[in-house]
Amino acid sequence: MREITYLEAVREAMSQEMRENDDVFILGEDIGVYGGAFGVTRGMIEEFGPERVRNTPISESGIAGAAVGSALTGMRPILELQFSDFITIAMDQLVNQAAKIRYMYGGKGKVPMVLRTPSGSGTGAAAQHSQSLEAWVAHVPGLKVVQPSTAYDVKGLLKAAMDDDNPVVFYEHKLLYKTKSDVPEEPYSIPLGKADIKREGTDVTIVATAIMVHRALEAAEVLEKDGISVEVIDPRTLVPLDEETIVKSVSKTGRVVVVHEAVKRGGYGGEIASMIAESEAFDYLDAPIKRLGGASSPIPYNPELEKSHVPQVEDIVKAVKETLNKA
Amino acid sequence: MVSLTVPEQITEDKLKDLLREMWTIRYFDEKVDEFFAKGMIHGTTHLAVGQEASASGACAVLQDKDKITSTHRGHGHCIAKGAEVNKMMAELFGRTTGYCKGKGGSMHIADVEKGNLGANGIVGGGIPLAVGSALTSYMKKAGYVTLCFFGDGASNEGSFHEALNLASVWNLPVVFICENNQYGMSGPVKEMVNVPDIATRSEAYGFPGVVADGNDVIDMMNVTNEAVERARNGEGPTLIEAKTYRWKGHSKSDAKKYRTREEEKEWRAKDAIKRFKEILVDEAILTEDEAETIRTQAKRAVEDAVDFAKEGPMPTKDDLLTDVYA
Ligand SMILES: Cc1ncc(C[n+]2csc(CCOP(=O)(O)OP(=O)(O)O)c2C)c(N)n1
Repeated sequence: MREITYLEAVREAMSQEMRENDDVFILGEDIGVYGGAFGVTRGMIEEFGPERVRNTPISESGIAGAAVGSALTGMRPILELQFSDFITIAMDQLVNQAAKIRYMYGGKGKVPMVLRTPSGSGTGAAAQHSQSLEAWVAHVPGLKVVQPSTAYDVKGLLKAAMDDDNPVVFYEHKLLYKTKSDVPEEPYSIPLGKADIKREGTDVTIVATAIMVHRALEAAEVLEKDGISVEVIDPRTLVPLDEETIVKSVSKTGRVVVVHEAVKRGGYGGEIASMIAESEAFDYLDAPIKRLGGASSPIPYNPELEKSHVPQVEDIVKAVKETLNKA
Repeated sequence: MVSLTVPEQITEDKLKDLLREMWTIRYFDEKVDEFFAKGMIHGTTHLAVGQEASASGACAVLQDKDKITSTHRGHGHCIAKGAEVNKMMAELFGRTTGYCKGKGGSMHIADVEKGNLGANGIVGGGIPLAVGSALTSYMKKAGYVTLCFFGDGASNEGSFHEALNLASVWNLPVVFICENNQYGMSGPVKEMVNVPDIATRSEAYGFPGVVADGNDVIDMMNVTNEAVERARNGEGPTLIEAKTYRWKGHSKSDAKKYRTREEEKEWRAKDAIKRFKEILVDEAILTEDEAETIRTQAKRAVEDAVDFAKEGPMPTKDDLLTDVYA
């Protein structure tokens, strides 16, 4: 199978969908000739034209609302926000409008839109361009939340998101855009709410999201040398969450480390940990559930400080050893 | 020989300082460009090469107590409000000797004590802050004016419209300066704004809007001076649109496919620094030699800033959690 990048997988999924369905269009800042801040839509305006690859003024609230309104009336918009930090400006349209319309209208009408946006740190862009705010949207009923970690997952999950009749927030990770994996050429769908076991193991489960999936896999390699067998679970979607796969794994291993890049305090890891504690897996736990996440500060500019803000491979190795009392 | 029409507080020495300042801004951003390309400065930066006149002209008529808010393209505003280039460069190098102790970087340089309320990574983010600053001045009868810089792109954000309306209904001492450099990132102003002049948007909020030549530091001084005086006299806000151009791309990875070489050349010919220097020489305020000395001094100051920056210590892990709360 051919390998393509995470970034190309996003573009391919959108292009294939747009060829199939005239109702699908993209809107966002600089997505036309510029090709988007990270180059995701590069070349798309040549194929689909400026009506369907619609360059917008810098006005996140306006364009998010336009996406909601067009979705409610029969289009299937994909909104690109340049950085996930700017979701704050679109928040009213997303949280008070998109998420609630169907419910408030008693099931009349639907809002089939996808809000795609790059998140995460590691680019030195400092506090206003590096956040991971997925827990904010995951908290809001009515929104689905996707966080893919590989090119293969991106393509399948984005198709599922575009086919979904609900508003979906699709978080891409800036540092993963250049990573590659085997991706089929034909369209395929990965159901939202289906976790992936990225590595099987028996001693401890790591539940990791986005870039942390890769760091967890690296940590697992390191730990294997010490004879520790690690299972790595990537939920892929936070809402809906595949509780079953996580509970089954933790029941098997008896130990769990939950790791994400977002600030630990109030982060989605707390939700996963509570879910495990409330489940039958609780009876199998041989150690307290451990959570790793970002420090309780904004993301600093200095590269070394920035790195120390978020969990690194060695932090994950250490946390796993601690749950095994082998630190 | 025509005598220059400038605000009365602008002395000949001040004019010379302004030339130095504009060159400092130019050399600072060109140095940043060079170091960015070499990987010695990381993250992202937005350069204001070509836009020196709007920052310098506008800030020239301010008093020390006055305040500014700035943007992601803020090095020029910062220098024009009196910042030390040493501390600015140290910030870009991520050192503890920088304005933000290495935590803020290019997009967040601030010097609150000196009235620079900060650059801003959020387009349109600073505009309401300027209104708040003006509100303080009004409520405390502090007598200062707040100058609010932002781009043409930012004038499409809701924050712009909400801020202008508030400033108007509260009759606040604030001057809004839209630096119309013809593009948002890649969005040409002609496609993103459906009126010929952004300045006319003030009409919707009931206060004056003025178009200025953003590449003419003298025009910028005069227009801003009038607006600042209005604000100081309790006559409320003004919106100034400075028509200008950014010579470089939006940020590091910009192929500039959205504009032509001819257009770039046309605007480079309107170089604000060259123009100002020629006026000063024509008016016999400076000789060519003196101008050259000022230019080399500005260049030297930027070189020195690099040395200062390199010597500064890096923050340590202990610094991660400091300054989160007061
Ligand atoms: C709220 C928000 N949206 C988008 C961006 C990304 N972005 C940074 S600068 C910029 C262009 C701003 O254009 P303008 O206001 O005209 O200022 P200029 O860059 O021309 O100085 C964009 C889209 C951002 N930083 N913040």
